Amino acid sequence: MTILALKSVSKSFGALKVTNDVTLEVERGEALGIIGPNGAGKSTLFNLITGNLKPDAGTVEFDGRDVTRVTAMDRVRAGIGRSFQIPQPFTHLSVYENLLVAAQFGGNLHRSEAAHFCVDIIERTGLLQVIEEPAGGLPLLQRKRLELARAMATSPRLILLDEIAGGLTDAECGDLVRTIKGIHRHGTTIIWIEHVLHALTSVVDRLAVLNFGKMLMVGGVNAVMNSPEVKEIYLGIEV
Amino acid sequence: MPETLFRTMMIRGFGLLAVLMLFVVPVIGSRAMVQDLFGVLTLLVLALNWNLLAGFAGLVSVGQQAFVGLGAYTMFACVILLDVDPLWGILAGGAVAMIVAVPVAIFTFRLSGAYFAIATWVLAEIVRLVLAQWKALGGGTGTSLPKGTTKDMWGVQWLKDTLDVSSSAASDALTYWLALVLALGTLAAAYVFLRSKAGLGLQAIRDNVGAARSVGVDPTRLKAWIFLLTAAGTGVCGALLFIQITRVTPEAAFSVVDWKAFVIFITVIGGVGTLPGPIVGVIVFYILQRTLADYGTIYLIVLGLIGIAVMLFAHRGLWGLFADKTGIELLPLRHLPPRSAHSS
Ligand SMILES: Nc1ncnc2c1ncn2[C@@H]1O[C@H](COP(=O)(O)OP(=O)(O)O)[C@@H](O)[C@H]1O
Ligand SMILES: [Mg+2]
Repeated sequence: MTILALKSVSKSFGALKVTNDVTLEVERGEALGIIGPNGAGKSTLFNLITGNLKPDAGTVEFDGRDVTRVTAMDRVRAGIGRSFQIPQPFTHLSVYENLLVAAQFGGNLHRSEAAHFCVDIIERTGLLQVIEEPAGGLPLLQRKRLELARAMATSPRLILLDEIAGGLTDAECGDLVRTIKGIHRHGTTIIWIEHVLHALTSVVDRLAVLNFGKMLMVGGVNAVMNSPEVKEIYLGIEV
Repeated sequence: MPETLFRTMMIRGFGLLAVLMLFVVPVIGSRAMVQDLFGVLTLLVLALNWNLLAGFAGLVSVGQQAFVGLGAYTMFACVILLDVDPLWGILAGGAVAMIVAVPVAIFTFRLSGAYFAIATWVLAEIVRLVLAQWKALGGGTGTSLPKGTTKDMWGVQWLKDTLDVSSSAASDALTYWLALVLALGTLAAAYVFLRSKAGLGLQAIRDNVGAARSVGVDPTRLKAWIFLLTAAGTGVCGALLFIQITRVTPEAAFSVVDWKAFVIFITVIGGVGTLPGPIVGVIVFYILQRTLADYGTIYLIVLGLIGIAVMLFAHRGLWGLFADKTGIELLPLRHLPPRSAHSS
């Protein structure tokens, strides 16, 4: 069963074609990794999936429904959750309140259900010590965790993670991978943009490679990692 | 901190006492005092509404006097054309203001920032010009409530007998109590609203609109609700104001100074985006008005300068300054996690 289908999606900023005729199908329950050099259009692809950007051409289907014209708000409620590459916390709200907004609006939970649900996610993402802190005062690492936690709080069936492992120590990376595997085991479909390849490949089943806005290839992790094109792109970037 | 807690309790206790005292003013105070405080309470209602709009929903409207005027004119229309009790006119004033707010929102919400502000002002002027054409309500020169209207108002006769005062004093007492109940009701409603799901969504929007959308918050919808509800509150207040004033003209009902400049001043010096802000602001405003009233225009200039100074040096107003310094939160909007999760 396909949960997400992009059909010939294109997006330009001025003369720059950032998404170039991208077609992609994601199966329900799978974990897909997206790699590609900086500026390849990975984050833009996420924005097209979430509705933060509208494509110039092509369609986005979620759960068999054409959502190309559906707003970002409604796509969240339909089950597409996302994290931002550059964390976007609600700075004056506490960590707990950041999740509470997401659970109540995106997840359609009542306050009473949402409360325990949020605390549970905060525990799983290692934010319990700062649960009542204003999100604006958190260091970058915890902001990234908050991005993940807040996306989880919307109860997504498809979660989009944009470079959440960058800058983590090995131990922290291990924690993160465990958390994401937990989400995956739960049945949630995952699309994860990541440069930290060992973390990514320990979770995902398939890899998609973007380069200059084009979908270069999609396939099994080993097949993609061993292909000459990918080695060429990543030469000097990943050691 | 136990000391902060103690001080918070002190201020709350003091507030409660002040409210109790305000309730007995018509019984023990002079009529001039009742009229004065009526003015203060109605300004507080307008400021509480404007604060919700500008401070919490980011809708910096400078056209709210339109809803004061609409409330006032609706009440007059109810009394003069339909011959009903002016108290019904208060409800009608709120309803009409809210109905008119629908097309106003549809039009102005396409704009943002300064353009939104200017559009609200232009629309307020249009509403004023239209109502000034209404011959049955006196056109450009305005009209008065028919003789005996306030005397025959529901409850006035009873108050007159109970308090043993003149009918006009009894009607002043009635409008005063309504203003007090309206102010307390607006404050309570604002508190409940801001602590609700919608209020949390508004705070998220204020911090980061893009992220708010990405967790399912619909900014336009929440803002539209605030716009309609504050229009209704402002309309109710306008109707009540002009029952007490008993005479309406387009200039008075849509007064830019009284229902816009003063209201913004009160909210800004008290603290935009803080719930107790308008209360602090209205007290400061009243004191300034009493001490500077004899100086005419200079008084307005001084108000303006104080407003600018506060905006520059304490952008969350006097209450914001006080709260930051002392850590005191009178009406906290924070949501705490369930007990079991408290970090300790
Ligand atoms: N809103 C925007 N306006 C103009 N250019 C943009 C915008 N967003 C992204 N870009 C450009 O599009 C290209 C791809 O960006 P992005 O999708 O963020 O790449 P990636 O996430 O793969 O690093 C970059 O050259 C970037 O500068
Ligand atoms: Mg990116």
